[in-house]
Amino acid sequence: MVPLSYYVMLSAVLFMIGLIGVLIRRNIVIILLSIELMLNAANINFVAFSHYAETITGQVFVFFVMTVAAAEVTVGLAIVIALYRRRATLNVEELNLLKW
Amino acid sequence: MTALLFFYFAGTIIGSALLVILLRNPVYCTLALLVMFAHVAGLYVLLNAEFIAAVQVIVYAGAILVLYLFVVMLLNVKREERFQRQLIPASIVGALLLVEVVVIVFVGRFAELTGQFPQSRIEEVGSTAIIGRVLFTDYLLPFEVASLLLLAAMVGAIVLSKKSGAGVQGPGSGKEQTGSRVQ
Repeated sequence: MVPLSYYVMLSAVLFMIGLIGVLIRRNIVIILLSIELMLNAANINFVAFSHYAETITGQVFVFFVMTVAAAEVTVGLAIVIALYRRRATLNVEELNLLKW
Repeated sequence: MTALLFFYFAGTIIGSALLVILLRNPVYCTLALLVMFAHVAGLYVLLNAEFIAAVQVIVYAGAILVLYLFVVMLLNVKREERFQRQLIPASIVGALLLVEVVVIVFVGRFAELTGQFPQSRIEEVGSTAIIGRVLFTDYLLPFEVASLLLLAAMVGAIVLSKKSGAGVQGPGSGKEQTGSRVQ
């Protein structure tokens, strides 16, 4: 039996990879992919705790996280397409209209 | 056996996650994410959450990832400067946070918890039936809110990805207004 802390560790590593991805990449689509990584890290934590604490609430919450992820993806990709149509770039360093 | 499977899944998940943020071509990044989603589903099966594993494969790998692939191939951005100048600070911050979490996990103790749904009961009734029952009794309001959220996201996506200028026209006037677009 794998201890719970291994799952927590895996999820922490995965979350950090996603966080670093959000911070260092320039392509806005890859940034959205990194957000998916972080959501999956949270999901692994939810399911692991749900299994070890013998409750089902964690799995229900994973369900809701997936709903939010689907909503985020649809709106995010629509924004990306609208941006690309207007500015013809996906580089976040050039998309600084709202900065300052 | 369980431990072996866990280490296989964990290793592949971390490896493909690294590929997602390190590869240059966005299509390859998306495919690496597909590998990661599949192995996360395997991890869920290991944790006796079969329903969540199935939903993971269908919703994430089937729907969300295909959407990403569509957009990546539609926009067709081949070359890009990969990393920002934030690479070094981001790595330092990420490594520090990771060390912190690892220390907390090792120092802290997880209490032995016993809840309403031990393994025997889940195997008896089936995880799908239990999730369905809990979802439609205890979490009925969040469930309805989630459906509303999906509706709002759908409307938002349609409005956002329409051609600008076509929004003020009613449906049925199929004219494109590319000339009168305000920059």
